[in-house]
Amino acid sequence: MTDPRPTTHDPRSLQDALRRLEEIVRSLERDDLDLDRALALFEEGIGRLRDARERLSEAELRLRQLREAADGSAKIADLGR
Amino acid sequence: MNLEPGLESQLPADKPYSVSFVMEAARDWINKLRPVWVEGEVSDLTRARSGHWYFTLKDRRSCMQCVLWSEDVKKLRLELEPGLKVYASGRLTVYPAQGRLQFTVKQLLPTSSEGFHAARLEAARQALARDGLLDPDRKRPLPAFPSVVGVLTSPDGAAWHDVVAVVSRRWPCCQLVLIGARVQGDEAPRDIQRALALAARYPSLDVLIVGRGGGSKDDLGAFNDEAVARAVAASPVPTISAVGHEVDITLTDLVADVRAATPSAAAEKAVPDRREIEGRIASLGARIAQGAGRRVAYASDLVATAGHRMGQACERRLERVRAGADRLGASLDALSPLKVLGRGYSVARDGRGRVLKRVADFSPGEPFRLRVSDGEVDAAAR
Repeated sequence: MTDPRPTTHDPRSLQDALRRLEEIVRSLERDDLDLDRALALFEEGIGRLRDARERLSEAELRLRQLREAADGSAKIADLGR
Repeated sequence: MNLEPGLESQLPADKPYSVSFVMEAARDWINKLRPVWVEGEVSDLTRARSGHWYFTLKDRRSCMQCVLWSEDVKKLRLELEPGLKVYASGRLTVYPAQGRLQFTVKQLLPTSSEGFHAARLEAARQALARDGLLDPDRKRPLPAFPSVVGVLTSPDGAAWHDVVAVVSRRWPCCQLVLIGARVQGDEAPRDIQRALALAARYPSLDVLIVGRGGGSKDDLGAFNDEAVARAVAASPVPTISAVGHEVDITLTDLVADVRAATPSAAAEKAVPDRREIEGRIASLGARIAQGAGRRVAYASDLVATAGHRMGQACERRLERVRAGADRLGASLDALSPLKVLGRGYSVARDGRGRVLKRVADFSPGEPFRLRVSDGEVDAAAR
């Protein structure tokens, strides 16, 4: 049993990030986009790309176990490898 | 007589028991037997007005009196008739008023050439289908990027290790949560249902793998249990079945949102491949750079074009101003006093430059200057 480690990231926000990146690409690939807006989207896109890459590279699999506590509630505990 | 442990000590052995006591004690003892399946041929079928059906099940050497209560008659899915061979599930009891053994039937299945297990499985499958649990519309999509993947299996089995191996290679950015349960043996169906209920109480799960790895081929029983299948169908999160058998499709496979042949295959379906997502991110990055670059190039083109057009516009405007100035110059020229002088008029001014307009402005002998069209002349009044 190891100490619980803090969650390094949330893959759900990765899903949001990828969805947003797709939107940004679609917008940037349109011709009628305002230049200021295009530059703002570019900057946002670069930031989100960096976050997404960091999240993927930092990740380390966490193993846990769900048990029934004496009071019947579901309890989660870290599991050694 | 040994009807129940302890009974003899409570009653004197030298006194006779009453008939009722013995029959009721026998009933109480027999009622403790587990429900069983019995194979036999139907005869002496009576459909009573009360709605209950009475019949006899027999084979070559024995027969048993059976009753099917009206509530179970309504659930019957076959045409019961004398001579029909059936599997009957129920419990033995004693009917003291008539002093006979009676088999209380809960469920009847026609016998199958493929055997009892096939018949039971088919009946359970039909029951699940009747309740809509096999409808393709019920199948839920799996989450694209799960944070928490539940694995309901034996803590000691190969399935857990297989899933850990695949997920740590493909998608290490998640939590794998083991929900331990016995997946083989008589206790397995109840234990799997308990574990499913436990998993349902843990709200963070995104997807749940239910299964076992390898193991013995004939011990798929728990995953063919109708109650287990119903519990899997009731899971609040999408399920992937991984019963570890390529050929036999279990009831659990049928109700799960996704079926995988093995736990490793289930893990591959549960999580995306990190390298694939990294590739996707790289491609998105390239497209963003390209899109933005194109947009900037387009903008600088626009600026160049605009500059050109602005130059042209200035030129035209300058032209207009110049023309206007020429016209203005012409009319100013027409109004110029020099022009009037050109027509023969002249202007007289005294020594201080004042214009002399009237006779009274001139004094005799006073010199003045006369401005004519091409110069000035000194003059004096007489």
